[in-house]
Amino acid sequence: MVDASTSAHGDLTLTNLTKSFGDFVAVDDLDLVIPEGSFFALLGPSGCGKTTTLRMVAGLEEPTSGKISIGKTDITYEKPYKRPVNTVFQNYALFPHLSIYENIAFGLRRRGVKDVDDQVNKALELVELTHLASRKPNQLSGGQQQRIALARAIVNRPALLLLDEPLGALDLKLRRAMQIELKWIQTEVGITFVHVTHDQEEAMTMADTIAVMNEGKIEQMGSPADLYDNPRTSFVANFLGQSNLIKGSIIDSSGGNAVVDIFGTKVRLAQDRNHAHDSSVLLGIRPEKIRIQPAGTSMHGNILEGGVISDASYIGVSTQYQVEMPWGQELMVFEQNDDGTPPLAKGDAVVMSWEPIFTFGLAGDQDANAGSEANPDSE
Amino acid sequence: MSTALLHTGTHEKKAVLTKKKLLPYWLLAPGIIWLIIFFLVPIYQLISTSTQTQGFGIGTYVQTYRFSNFIDAITSSKAQLFRSFEYAFLATAFALIISYPLAYAVAFKSGRWKNTLLVLIVAPFFCSFLLRTVAWEQILGEQGLVIKLLRFLHIFGAQDHLTATPFAVVAGLTYNFLPFMTLPLYASLERIDIRMMEASGDLYANALTTFRKVTVPLSMPGVVAGTLLTFIPAAGDYINAELLGNPGTKMIGNVIEARYLAIVDYPGAAALSLILMVTILVLVMAYVKRAGTEELV
Repeated sequence: MVDASTSAHGDLTLTNLTKSFGDFVAVDDLDLVIPEGSFFALLGPSGCGKTTTLRMVAGLEEPTSGKISIGKTDITYEKPYKRPVNTVFQNYALFPHLSIYENIAFGLRRRGVKDVDDQVNKALELVELTHLASRKPNQLSGGQQQRIALARAIVNRPALLLLDEPLGALDLKLRRAMQIELKWIQTEVGITFVHVTHDQEEAMTMADTIAVMNEGKIEQMGSPADLYDNPRTSFVANFLGQSNLIKGSIIDSSGGNAVVDIFGTKVRLAQDRNHAHDSSVLLGIRPEKIRIQPAGTSMHGNILEGGVISDASYIGVSTQYQVEMPWGQELMVFEQNDDGTPPLAKGDAVVMSWEPIFTFGLAGDQDANAGSEANPDSE
Repeated sequence: MSTALLHTGTHEKKAVLTKKKLLPYWLLAPGIIWLIIFFLVPIYQLISTSTQTQGFGIGTYVQTYRFSNFIDAITSSKAQLFRSFEYAFLATAFALIISYPLAYAVAFKSGRWKNTLLVLIVAPFFCSFLLRTVAWEQILGEQGLVIKLLRFLHIFGAQDHLTATPFAVVAGLTYNFLPFMTLPLYASLERIDIRMMEASGDLYANALTTFRKVTVPLSMPGVVAGTLLTFIPAAGDYINAELLGNPGTKMIGNVIEARYLAIVDYPGAAALSLILMVTILVLVMAYVKRAGTEELV
């Protein structure tokens, strides 16, 4: 059988990929290279175009324009069953009329593979469910079905494995366990995984590289640490974790650190984390990077004075504070409960500080709240 | 005092509990009474009549436990019995062949026309079964358009006709029971998750293989329900053979009808009815067991 389903190998390349449904542009002129063997996550809120992108790669949706190729093989208009691509569907889509064994063997039988039995058993061993081979899918738990869906796809050794919100239907604890297992399996089999999710934690736990999608475009792409520590847009800053974004203006950018004026206070911002086009800047700092002390305490680094605690919630590992600043903005501070001092109370006047290297600067013309409504954590 | 209060309390609770326990039986009562009067009593009557013999005067019969009634009934009507199952089988097969693409199209390809098409499938029920069969007699009859067209095209000669043929009987049966095939098929096809087909395509199955390996097995509950709903009434039908057939196409329903109403041989008719019922029951049970529908969700 000489077709794309066995011959194509290499990086997945999307070139100017566009998909519109009527007037609605789901995927807007997307350019993306996913290196062979990587665990790649497409992260974004629902409706951002990530699932449509995945379905176009799988062949379940035809692009309006653009090109999809694996290595040197163009698969843009190839039939789904001729692509070297397998999918783990949301809600798994296991065949209810077939046994677990036959579900996994389905792809092998269609391709006329010789040692079906051997390969199915290996796949069952990989997901540690050999004892369930003769069951029907509806006799399995959600977590087991999830692993069978994975085995059914992996057994075909595709060039590319697509995972469409694969853990969405599982409860939190099982999801954590499966995240680690998926990552382990990916390392084990070495297949390129493209994972679509709206769960930033899931993406960060598993993926080598994350592309954050919003309104059909990629906002930013990079390693989880890179995206978290050095976001380039307010959408990314708010969608991945939480951020304090404060309006300011750059008054000196001659040194390695720019000096930013925020409502009369001068703070420092590393130049390589400054993504502002001009002097108008949104100064960003993650809540857990901020230290908080009663007013009057001497502190070092970037210092903000004049805050008053408007809300304090003790959540065990940390205490989360809302601090109202003199200019009316509320800042979030997550303080580890690790120094034995009692948490500060509502109404306390405080001083805050953080290390300049944790500061990031975003272009000042953006909506400071972009992405925060879409973030499931802040709902 | 307080213990007395407690006592009456538990007493009342018990009464409420018994009332609650009885409730399901009260709810079942109308159905059970209905079944006793209109199913159990007639069935008993039928079984009892089947072994009776002629008493004094026409239409009077006495119980003599003459089991050879059954043998007599079979030997005299073997041909019609076999023909009934043959015609019913053919009608079921044709109905399945016609219905499957129809139900498939309505379930997956009809878009906004879905409801309109469903109404059209059910539309024949707005007219009586008998009238529809009479209408077919007109359509296929000597003055009908079909025969005129066939003769005009010289496919049929002047001596050929459509009515009073086995073809007309099977066609009538197929037509009359078509909705009973289409609706269960539609219901089970419509329930299939479209992602099953996507998953099949994703796993290297082309459209035809997906249809054979995924769509058809998943629609089996509809196929079984549809074939049963078509085969059972078709096997016992006598209207189509009466109106569209000839003496050579008589089905078992016609024989039973004649024995009851024309010959007034109640035991013979009862014996034949029982034979028909038991045969259908055995066939259906074997079929359902073979199809293994209980394993499908």
